[in-house]
Amino acid sequence: MERKKLLMIGNGMAGIRTLEELLKLAPDMYHITVFGSEPYPNYNRIQLSTVLQGDTTIEDIIMNDWDWYQSNGIKLYTNESIEKIDTEKKQVISDNGRVIDYDECIIATGSRSFILPLPGSDKKGVTGFRDIHDCEEMIKAAKSYKKAVVIGGGLLGLEAARGLLNLGMEVDVVHLLPYLMERQLDPTASKMLQKELSAQGMNFLMEKESVEILGDDRVTGLRFKDGSETAADLIVMAVGIKPNVGLAKVSGIAVKRGIIVNDFLETNIENVYAVGECAEHRDMVYGLVAPLYEQGKVLAAFLAGKMPEPYQGSVTGTQLKVSGVDMYSAGDINDDDTTMAIKVHNEFNGVYKKVLIRNNQISGIVLYGDTKESGRLFGMMKKEEDVSRLTSISILSSGCDHNAGSDVATMSDDDLVCGCNGVSKGTIVAAIKENNLTTIDEVGNCTNAGRSCGRCKSMISDLLAYTLGDEYDQSAEKETICGCTQLSRDEVAAEIKAKSLTTVMEVMNVLGWKNEEGCSKCRPALNYYLGMIHMDQYKDDRDSRLVNEKMHANIQKDGTYTVLPRMYGGVTNAKDLKKIAEVAEKYQVPLVKLTGGQRIGLFGIQKEYLPAVWEELDMPSGYAYGKTLRTVKTCVGAQYCRYGTQDSMGLGIKLEQKFERLDTPHKVKMGVSGCPRNCAEAGIKDIGFTGVDDGYEVYVGGNGGTDLRLGDLLCKVTTDEEALEWTGAYLQYYRETAFYLERTSKWLERMDLEHIQEVLADEETRRTLNERMDKTLTRYSEPWQEAINNQDIRRKYYTVREAEPILK
Amino acid sequence: MVNKIMIAEYHSLPVRAGQVFKAGNEEIVLFRLTNGEVRAIENHSPHPKGGTLAEGLVSGEYVFCPVYDWKISLVDGKVQAPDQGQVKVFPIEVSEDHVYFML
Repeated sequence: MERKKLLMIGNGMAGIRTLEELLKLAPDMYHITVFGSEPYPNYNRIQLSTVLQGDTTIEDIIMNDWDWYQSNGIKLYTNESIEKIDTEKKQVISDNGRVIDYDECIIATGSRSFILPLPGSDKKGVTGFRDIHDCEEMIKAAKSYKKAVVIGGGLLGLEAARGLLNLGMEVDVVHLLPYLMERQLDPTASKMLQKELSAQGMNFLMEKESVEILGDDRVTGLRFKDGSETAADLIVMAVGIKPNVGLAKVSGIAVKRGIIVNDFLETNIENVYAVGECAEHRDMVYGLVAPLYEQGKVLAAFLAGKMPEPYQGSVTGTQLKVSGVDMYSAGDINDDDTTMAIKVHNEFNGVYKKVLIRNNQISGIVLYGDTKESGRLFGMMKKEEDVSRLTSISILSSGCDHNAGSDVATMSDDDLVCGCNGVSKGTIVAAIKENNLTTIDEVGNCTNAGRSCGRCKSMISDLLAYTLGDEYDQSAEKETICGCTQLSRDEVAAEIKAKSLTTVMEVMNVLGWKNEEGCSKCRPALNYYLGMIHMDQYKDDRDSRLVNEKMHANIQKDGTYTVLPRMYGGVTNAKDLKKIAEVAEKYQVPLVKLTGGQRIGLFGIQKEYLPAVWEELDMPSGYAYGKTLRTVKTCVGAQYCRYGTQDSMGLGIKLEQKFERLDTPHKVKMGVSGCPRNCAEAGIKDIGFTGVDDGYEVYVGGNGGTDLRLGDLLCKVTTDEEALEWTGAYLQYYRETAFYLERTSKWLERMDLEHIQEVLADEETRRTLNERMDKTLTRYSEPWQEAINNQDIRRKYYTVREAEPILK
Repeated sequence: MVNKIMIAEYHSLPVRAGQVFKAGNEEIVLFRLTNGEVRAIENHSPHPKGGTLAEGLVSGEYVFCPVYDWKISLVDGKVQAPDQGQVKVFPIEVSEDHVYFML
């Protein structure tokens, strides 16, 4: 049978999901062509807020890469929009003048941000929050501007605001009404949310109606109806979405708010369908992913010639993807005369739960602070279960006595676990059993569950525990090192000691690793743990280290490397500077740059030149690439500065000389400031010293990265010797108790500052910790020098050869 | 006619550490695996941002891309799920101590 021509306008999540479902049902039925107006393949729009919040990159949210289209025989035109559908001739015409015939045509054009028609809304710096382009605009703006204003205190607005905070901007959130997310939360939950977000640094301008955007070319501010103003370099409009119906309209397809479709997603024109956010079904236009996927499933089955159950509309639940906020809402929000409410409000724990019951059925759910029961409650609501015989306690547990798995056990098989992808408990359990799945990732690969917003992963973990029983229970409670083993970090460390295991291969072999030679997660971790445990005798397994540590240089994306010589305390001299300059000139180094840690980096060096560059520099490696002590940043201090109370450079140099090259679970940065003005930023270092009149205050657990954290005061020291002693003890305690790749800030929060202070308060403990530290430090040698002196190392890691042709 | 390019002496190849060879316009990495076999792939990651593969961590018949941690088969060049892509694989012949790359 000849294939029919299926044409899809739009290349987003709803449309592509429809095609995926269709390809499963009828792989050979259609020639498929897709038009997308964005320059990307299908990406996960829901995750844009995580891109903005810095947790992931645009590449990571691509769901169907170019290969997917190719391998499924789909012709994809990106960056090209359809201008008209000629429904008589069954053709579409693109903005490039391309004309393509179809037998069946799907409109999946999605929606766009609703831009308030305010005077000035066309100024530079005004954007919506809908696609990668918007996201990039915001990231770009954050680099040169300071103040952002988000209009709209709903789901999208708050996620955008959190992202802008992460990008370092000051953020005002403007909301027309007195309560945030008023469509999802009742006043109590809304106030709790506002309090949390205020604490995270958002500034709220409530009950403000925007009337004018100020500025000349670029926006400078926003004026409200009450006459007040706020300054703004960037205005993000997040007041709602508008279905893209322009194309349908000009093509004579019936449109109200969205493109009107029946229960099989058919429009009023034969062979034309609409799916997703652009479609209007029974007066509803959906903006969440779950209903769109449900629609896609029905449409795919219909196009495959299988008569599906008609689409009946969707009941949806909402979550906010902002770290530190756990909320869930579905159905009715506010009580009225026809509802009864069961509420739990624990102000102390910041937990609020409300379930509304109408006619003995759950009609609404609002959860804040603890959303573990959302799946079970949502399932009861969706199935219109009669709850009259349940006690209020069994409808809503207080959240005090949770044991993992208890919730999933009471769920029925058709209860949804992954709302985004419409995957039920039954499907997941069956997949786990049939395919012997043991990890959350495997479940995701097999069923798609957990692969959109990711919030249901904890429930998937519970399901694994529930299905596999003891087999999983043990590992569910603990974090295994990686998928190669069921053992946790502590268990592996204990086994290494008990069985005197001495090499990475031996550990994997004796402890029954699933992959004989491990993976990129466990091998570096094992190499670290072995080195930590065996202190002075361990022979480092260089091939179990990841690229930067193996090569002793930072790899760049084009395969070249960065060389960064050691400059203790950030202090240099004319001789070293000359050598650096000569090397930069001789090897035509493309970029010479001062780093954030007060060092000089030579960027863009080919790997085969590394040993020669090192030799000519004749300086030790600055270890700018390692899980080790990076740099000790110092201010000028008492030697020169009129405010300095302590010799910060002196202490900085001593610290760097003592602890350089030490393997640590993750990188460690230090800073020493000569006075509380803190020019060396000691407050955001793993270990920071702030000079005061009679010594230093020692701050620990600071972090200047994505999760900005101020250091906590560990102790006060009066001399450099004492500073070194406390640093040695603290670092060694971190080395011995942290998970590999756990920064000190996370470790400190896990261990608790008070506990660490208690341990280190004991002089004898500090002495033995330092003893083990000193023993470890004897093991290291200078790696650049080693490469210069050792031909085998040079040949193995730093050589590129010419192949020699033999013609036959 | 088969073009054979002699690439290396087998004994000189270190185990589990990629060796880079330039052959014409191609940059090829040779991996000698723990099981003794030699595999050759192009020294270029199919990740949209590119990157080299020679410095990757080798485990069994796979290499982990050093820049983005993609797991790539050294047998058929396939990128392992959940990522997707294909690396060019070159046929290799080992005879006595000589390793040949077949063109």
